[in-house]
Amino acid sequence: MSITTDGHHEKHALGIPMKRKEDPRFIEGRGRYVDDITLPNMLHMALVHSPYPHARIKNIDSSAALKVPGVLAVITGKDLEGAKLAWIPTFHGMDKQMVLAVGKVLYQYQEVAAVVATSREAAHDGAELVNVDYEPLDPVADPFTAKADKIILRDDRDNKTNHIYHWEVGDRAKTDAALAASEVKIKERMWFPRSHPAPLEPCGIVADMNKATGRLTLYITSQAPHAHRTVVSLVTGIPEDKIRLVSPDIGGGFGNKVPVYPGYVVAAAASVILGVPVKWIETRTENLTTTGFARDYHMDVEIGAGKDGKVKALKVSTIADHGAFDAAADPTKYPAGMFGICTGSYDFPTAFTDLDAYFTNKAPGGIAYRCSFRVTEASYAIERGMDLLANKLNMDPAELRKKNFIKKEQFPYKSPLGFVYDSGDYHATFEKALKKIGYDELRREQAEKRKRGELMGIGISTFTEVVGAGPSKYFDIMGIKMFDSAEVRIHPTGSGIIRTGTKAQGQGHETTWAQIVAEELGLDPQNFLVEEGDTDTAPYGLGTYASRSTPVAGAAVTLAARKIRDKARKIAAHLLEAAEADVEWKDYKFQVKGAPAKSVTMAQVAFAAYTNPAPGTEAGLEATYYYDPPNMTFPYGAYIAVVDIDKDTGGVKVRRFLAIDDCGTIINPMIVEGQVHGGLTEGFAIAFMQEIGYDKSGNALHTNFTEYLVPTALETPHWETDSTVTPSPHHPLGAKGVGESPNVGSPAAFVNAVMDALEPLGIRHIDMPLTREKVWRAIRDAEANTAKV
Amino acid sequence: MRINVKVNGKDYERDVEPRTLLAYFLREDVGLTGTHVGCDSSSCGVCTIVMDGDRAVKSCTMFAVQADGHEITTIEGLAQGGKLHPLQQGFWDQHGLQCGYCTPGMIMTAYALLKRNPSPNEPQIRDAISGNLCRCTGYQNIVKAIAQASKELAAPSAAREAVKA
Repeated sequence: MSITTDGHHEKHALGIPMKRKEDPRFIEGRGRYVDDITLPNMLHMALVHSPYPHARIKNIDSSAALKVPGVLAVITGKDLEGAKLAWIPTFHGMDKQMVLAVGKVLYQYQEVAAVVATSREAAHDGAELVNVDYEPLDPVADPFTAKADKIILRDDRDNKTNHIYHWEVGDRAKTDAALAASEVKIKERMWFPRSHPAPLEPCGIVADMNKATGRLTLYITSQAPHAHRTVVSLVTGIPEDKIRLVSPDIGGGFGNKVPVYPGYVVAAAASVILGVPVKWIETRTENLTTTGFARDYHMDVEIGAGKDGKVKALKVSTIADHGAFDAAADPTKYPAGMFGICTGSYDFPTAFTDLDAYFTNKAPGGIAYRCSFRVTEASYAIERGMDLLANKLNMDPAELRKKNFIKKEQFPYKSPLGFVYDSGDYHATFEKALKKIGYDELRREQAEKRKRGELMGIGISTFTEVVGAGPSKYFDIMGIKMFDSAEVRIHPTGSGIIRTGTKAQGQGHETTWAQIVAEELGLDPQNFLVEEGDTDTAPYGLGTYASRSTPVAGAAVTLAARKIRDKARKIAAHLLEAAEADVEWKDYKFQVKGAPAKSVTMAQVAFAAYTNPAPGTEAGLEATYYYDPPNMTFPYGAYIAVVDIDKDTGGVKVRRFLAIDDCGTIINPMIVEGQVHGGLTEGFAIAFMQEIGYDKSGNALHTNFTEYLVPTALETPHWETDSTVTPSPHHPLGAKGVGESPNVGSPAAFVNAVMDALEPLGIRHIDMPLTREKVWRAIRDAEANTAKV
Repeated sequence: MRINVKVNGKDYERDVEPRTLLAYFLREDVGLTGTHVGCDSSSCGVCTIVMDGDRAVKSCTMFAVQADGHEITTIEGLAQGGKLHPLQQGFWDQHGLQCGYCTPGMIMTAYALLKRNPSPNEPQIRDAISGNLCRCTGYQNIVKAIAQASKELAAPSAAREAVKA
């Protein structure tokens, strides 16, 4: 048999808009999501929820539920106490959370009991009939009330206070002094309201305990399968080798599928006890009312500057509403995530930020919703703050930004709050944006319109993100370092398989990982299978969230491929009958230096690795790499929004939106553009529509898609996108990650545009979401005030 | 109750509970899991199927018994003889999907649109899919995908390139 050259690929695989390899199954309705899995003898589970935000549970009567045909069991918190599962630790280990309520309920819709039945319908019928006797208690519906400590929510904790923690970074004394000495100052309270990722596929699980093998298999909507396997093992005591997590196709995550939820735990416990599979699929209402919310930061933003607009100091003090448990999904050492990025793209000589977190009678969470751990809140604070400062200085917000950007030659740049920014050229990217949108012309148009009393606004956001958590020295979740991993195997005929510890939920890893390996090895990307999400086969990794896949796992894929290339060189030398030192990798093949006619392809080497290995080398061609990033990556962007406001209705029309992103080296421009479109749409939603609100009594106000408004194709603006490329100096490909930038950077651009439009009316700030009603009221109030004067 | 429903050209005679939703009938009784469920309020559209050839219906708004005697087309019924339907091809070519969860419903809504209006303009496309939510794409590439399919169905040729340009 002769050596074939099948699979040899002599073209660039990186940077091309390759169509996605995962798409055929989705467009034919052959994706496989958790709810598509049906196992023999499978039972169904439904949850019972509290109608009260704060109440003592006096009694739970299951008798009526148990009479429903098909209902087999009703599980309560007391039952779980026996199995030591009534409480589980929260992700960063500073708190614990209830699985099913014991003693008290702490938020409306909290899980109180579970009903297991032979059908989904019977389980839900049973859940309707579980009769819980509550004694309502006064609720604490906001962190300011919580701060007073008149009602203590958590009587399970030693500390009888609603205060969870204080966190700070920076130089308080120096910052206060610099603010006091500043010629111009702004100070504004900004609330980034509670929001929810609301992926279209709700959360769910099929738990399958096989008592013969002793193995528990969990098919689960998980963005971090390995981390979840370890948590399950630690919490239950089941040895980790007896647990298999399979995260199949995931219908969107955006951070919502990072935490561990009560439904997962109870379904798994029920399967362990009953020895048959148990399925739990969340309803939309359960998803919106009980699973990981995001944001809910009340931020006092202060900036001091000189008369010339040079910034001197930044101070941000935040009150955080964490809900009933401190379940925020942040790395252990970063209780407020990456909030320290709040100095943004600007060269502040000094800065300080602190935060106090409180318990309230609301659902727990605080997850990174399409955001690297609180970067969205931080970016919003600084980008709104810069516009308020420009307004105070009577300076064009574009000029103010240019005056204060960190300069290209200052990188690597150490920020006053401790990050070392890897690379950037903020001026170049911003100039490109200004030119592309025709900024000067838009300002002229606006001046004309203002003369006529028309409301037109231009909003800028030139944000910097910090993603790719993270270096093991600083980053861990429950002690597990935040590296990620890749395993690459090349088959004898030049095709192969790539496995990583991440888990895509739409990001397109099946395509981009194949492109990376193809580029590194000169093989056809179409011939690579990418497999993620099965803890039995994938190498250990921390998962996909916080824009960490490309910065961390993407680097691991690259370096695993390079390990393979190193071994392949030995085999190539053997095939070429040359010394290894004389063999070079050039034009996607191995060549003898100075004699390019003498060459072998990677496909030929792969075949030889199994049929004719070099003497003294192991057979086979595969490698595993665990990548510990030396630093975070710092993608950034320049966004400009143009809006027109109807004075009579308060309706805001986003006329144009331009996003120029710099995410370093681009692996697949089509996928990057798609990510930007999606992130901008979520940013638009947060700015104008989406909110998880509560009334003063702690009742949830946005419990389904008729109340929690997700943008449709009708109101979503047309997005204009472009990029600049400033590679990361420490990532093996120079890539930085992009999935979250548009969601992080865009809310401030929208709000800045609306406030710019309303500026002639003397309106300074309105908190999101900028609904028609809120804008209309602000205009009416402003006009009434003017009339009085 | 005994019902007879034609799904993707094949007859299914089944006993169903009167309260069984069409979405669950398709997923669990017929075994076609391409039709998804994503909300409790008929808002998201991931369950959209086509009834009697040209009506897009959210299958969570109908009981299975109401489909008795009707013809249903689901995402699994679009590709013919191993060849993708132009809408499926359009979604693939134009990167009109990411996580894939809304995709079947979105494609079925577009299928009904093109049956009724073979050459929709962008506002008409956006209006037609406004009952189908997508959290990943921002709709822009979905609109392009449907436009490509519309051109392909009208003149099967260089439609793909035309839409790209």
